[in-house]
Amino acid sequence: MTVFEGALRADADAIMARYPDDRRRSAIMPLLYLAQSVDGWITRDALREIGQLLGITTAEVEAVASFYTMYRLRPTGTHVVNVCTNLACKLRGAEAVFEAAHEAAGVEHGAEMSEDGLFTVHEEECLGVCDFAPAVQIDFCNHDTVDPARMRELVAGLRAGEVPSPARGPAFASFKAASRALAGLEEVPSA
Amino acid sequence: MTVDFEPRLTRDWDDPGVIGIDGYAAKGGYEALGRAVTMADADILELVKSSGLRGRGGAGFPTGMKWGFVPRDTGKPTYVVVNFDESEPGTCNNRELVERDPHRLLEGAAIAALAIGCETIYIYVRGEYLWQSIVLERAIAEAYGSGRFGADALGSGKRIDVVLHRGAGAYICGEETALLSSLEGYRGQPRLRPPFPAVEGLFASPTVINNVETLMNVPDILVRGSDWFRELGTEKSPGTKMVTISGKVERPGNYEVPLGTPFRVVLEDLAGGVLSGRGLKAWTPGGSSTPMLTAEHTDVHLDYESLAEAGSMLGTAAIMVMDETDCVVDCAQRMVRFYAHESCGKCTPCREGSWWATRVLERIEEGDGRDEDLPVVRDLGKNLLFRAFCALADGTASVINSSLQHFRDEFEEHVRLGGCPLKVDHLEEVPA
Repeated sequence: MTVFEGALRADADAIMARYPDDRRRSAIMPLLYLAQSVDGWITRDALREIGQLLGITTAEVEAVASFYTMYRLRPTGTHVVNVCTNLACKLRGAEAVFEAAHEAAGVEHGAEMSEDGLFTVHEEECLGVCDFAPAVQIDFCNHDTVDPARMRELVAGLRAGEVPSPARGPAFASFKAASRALAGLEEVPSA
Repeated sequence: MTVDFEPRLTRDWDDPGVIGIDGYAAKGGYEALGRAVTMADADILELVKSSGLRGRGGAGFPTGMKWGFVPRDTGKPTYVVVNFDESEPGTCNNRELVERDPHRLLEGAAIAALAIGCETIYIYVRGEYLWQSIVLERAIAEAYGSGRFGADALGSGKRIDVVLHRGAGAYICGEETALLSSLEGYRGQPRLRPPFPAVEGLFASPTVINNVETLMNVPDILVRGSDWFRELGTEKSPGTKMVTISGKVERPGNYEVPLGTPFRVVLEDLAGGVLSGRGLKAWTPGGSSTPMLTAEHTDVHLDYESLAEAGSMLGTAAIMVMDETDCVVDCAQRMVRFYAHESCGKCTPCREGSWWATRVLERIEEGDGRDEDLPVVRDLGKNLLFRAFCALADGTASVINSSLQHFRDEFEEHVRLGGCPLKVDHLEEVPA
């Protein structure tokens, strides 16, 4: 294996141990997040190796990975800006925020990322923050009631190397870091 | 009328200390679990049945009855799966409930586990709720650390384990059989029922799947009893309900109200009325999947029966408010586009119907509507309803059918004028 070796293999083993021995396939979703935390997207090598770890084919792994929007199967920006444009946010002006995100980040509509590789912008369906619409997530950290000006400010901050403080919870510095937390590998302080 | 009652699910929301296990215990937390470990399974079940608690995730199925369907003689393990995939557009009360009071969820889930003889609870959290899942991870670690969970929970000799599982951005996984597929490591596609999850659910074993808010009602029922639970709400819809109100209102947010509270009270007294004093045009009572209602329905009561009578559903009690300046065609196309995006692709009516409906509605909104478009949309609505494996297609149909039912003139005007009669850029008026 080239992806899951050393410390990463130990992480993968810990993930698989969460599920019953004969139900190892359940580990596929956190393993995909773990793979994503390495390169910021899920490479062909990672898909193949997850198949090897779980005893299933690469095609089966890809079928799962391609079903869910939080997995990226193509090279992705350092930061992923998700803008909700579903109804609750749309009613509060989300479409202008979505436009501002593209402009500020320098990402063309439909493009995978900005030319400098810093940003990917994604249109989101309901993020579950309808009480603070328009809702935005940057690297899966929430930013509440974002208007176009705030959107530009957030992007400018990231460009300057700052990690913006989210509306709730800790800030993750990049899409890779957030993906590692999504794999359930965030340090959890003991009681 | 105002809402005057003793809050239940939100009573400790002003105390950030309850996020930690000691703060939660100081407020009486885990007393219910202490009782539950000494009770016979059948007695827990009976208590929850007699409370009349109904599922808060949308369908409103009686919780105790659901638990009672789980066979205990199959020789297989039984599972409790917590559905924290909250993804219905307009809905975010589970998010705030967990952010502010995570142990109440763990306690409710543990009691459910004891009631059905389950040793392992799976919590399925939507991936976008990254922070909330970390809040839960920390709470779980505390529950283990204090001996409340684990191989010998509270010294009872009973095992309670919890596994947190994150989704990855698929609305369909809120549908319980799709959730199970996802949890087993497959694409989140729904399964044929029967067999129902109670008999053959997770890992082909008997499984109870409950919504977050549902389970968070359980600890109080154990401690205070079913008669107490029925003191609020209506006879058939007892208890309180978390309501999310969003869109064009002055104070969007999550509010707890007794079931049966009139919509007017939520809109005017809690949410401060329609934004900028504008007129109410349309609202969804329970997320975008529930048929939209209008200003004529302002006095409808928010409970399962009253909303059914009004031609809609309580759903997740996610109220999205559209005002007189909002275009119903534009709102409908956005909601239908969501269903087209989230359709898992398994059933033809849903996969193709939602896609076509989006195309036609977008065309009407953009001013390219044709005379034959309205009959096409109406037919799509008809052919989506009850024609697919799961209720996702019914959600699409609800948007189409209810918007056409209440606002047919507006659709016709779009076609006649060759554009949207309401197209004004009023975004500047929306406060940041």
